[in-house]
Amino acid sequence: MNTVEKLAGLIRETSSSLPEDVESALAKAKRREQGGSSASVVLGTVLDNVRLARKLGSPLCQDTGTLAFYIDASLRRKVSPAVVKKAVALATTRGYLRKNCIDSVTGKSYDDNCADGAPVIHYVDWVEKGCVRLVLKGGGSENMSRQYSLPDSTLGAGRDIAGVRKCILDAVVKAQGFGCAPGILGVCIGGDRATAYEVAKEQLLRSLDASGESSDAVLRRLEKSILRESNSLGIGPMGLGGKTTLLGVRIASRPRVPASFFVTVAYMCWACRRGSLKFKV
Amino acid sequence: MKELTYPFDERQIRALKAGDAVEISGLVHTGRDKFHKFFADGGKIAVDFRDGALYHCGPVCVKAGDGWRVVSAGPTTSVRENPYEPKFIASSGVRIIIGKGGMDAATLAAMKKHGCVYVQAVGGAGALYAASVKRVAGVDLFEEFGAAEACWHFEVEGFRGVVAMDAHGNSLFDKVASASDALLREIL
Repeated sequence: MNTVEKLAGLIRETSSSLPEDVESALAKAKRREQGGSSASVVLGTVLDNVRLARKLGSPLCQDTGTLAFYIDASLRRKVSPAVVKKAVALATTRGYLRKNCIDSVTGKSYDDNCADGAPVIHYVDWVEKGCVRLVLKGGGSENMSRQYSLPDSTLGAGRDIAGVRKCILDAVVKAQGFGCAPGILGVCIGGDRATAYEVAKEQLLRSLDASGESSDAVLRRLEKSILRESNSLGIGPMGLGGKTTLLGVRIASRPRVPASFFVTVAYMCWACRRGSLKFKV
Repeated sequence: MKELTYPFDERQIRALKAGDAVEISGLVHTGRDKFHKFFADGGKIAVDFRDGALYHCGPVCVKAGDGWRVVSAGPTTSVRENPYEPKFIASSGVRIIIGKGGMDAATLAAMKKHGCVYVQAVGGAGALYAASVKRVAGVDLFEEFGAAEACWHFEVEGFRGVVAMDAHGNSLFDKVASASDALLREIL
């Protein structure tokens, strides 16, 4: 199989098959909710949908989102931007992706989902050797991502971990009803504005299993406490009430300059579509 | 689980309460951003929405022979249609709005006045909702708006959702939002 076909296969797999850790977190959440409640009905529908999409190889959500590729830098020639775009165009023709790319000035559709800057392609040195990783992130969840600047007087949030916690919980409450809960948070503490959004989003590549927890003790504690506290707010699946508002929280930090202290939250819906493909190198 | 079948009966719709789980069958029309603006600007199509259902949805559909196959068809966020929906409800006689995230107080008031409910579909469940579409009865505004924004006419069976805004002025979203706000203030 050539590289374009392999990448089109990765796109289909990512769009139609939810990662195991996310599906198992959803199943666990369903068991926690009271039978017959809105929360239980919603999670039951979600899980039926996950199974059906995998069986059919169909997009599990019709918003096939922004495609972000994270590609091992040593694959820069084999998996070039031109090759990736060919695969995206092919996947679109086959109905693995919605025609989902609009020119922001003219309003016209790029019917093959390819344009200057679409899909988003990063060549990085931190993915496994020979690996291509892909995340599909829908617009409903992207609209719920936020950036805070500490201190924040409306939240009473200062420049410390307690202040960071207030920002993250505020983002959870503001996303209710809109972000397709139960969601997953990728968070970056610090950094400059642009890098922080990138880093926050990259945290969504980490597993929800214990293997994906932060190796830093302070951040690991914060990941756990934010998850517990968010789920105590009663927001629930799709904001209809219940015990499951988040499936997981993944936090990283970056250094900052003395004048800036940003807290950046990338909100991901339950349809956290990430996939990977490995080439021999 | 309450079953609702097109044409939707006003008395049955008015009897629903926020929190009721429902299954919808029969004709459902899709319409999202461009559709709502089109109507607000005075546009017209030869579709009767009276006692019908409007679904905030931009589906993935692929050509299959002479017809269409629906691949993925979950709800899109409804708040963007807030400025248009009260008028649309009043003028069209629609009984069910399906979407996600709920709508504003003006829409809730229009629902109470005209006998309409808001059904929350499960965001992201595109494949499952596509499977509940048994037939594509037709499509309007396709050339003008493209597949994702067109007005599709779906024949659905067992389309699942939860009544989140009823015709008595109750919104599940408002209830959950004020409770969670109070809880958040407590733990902050």
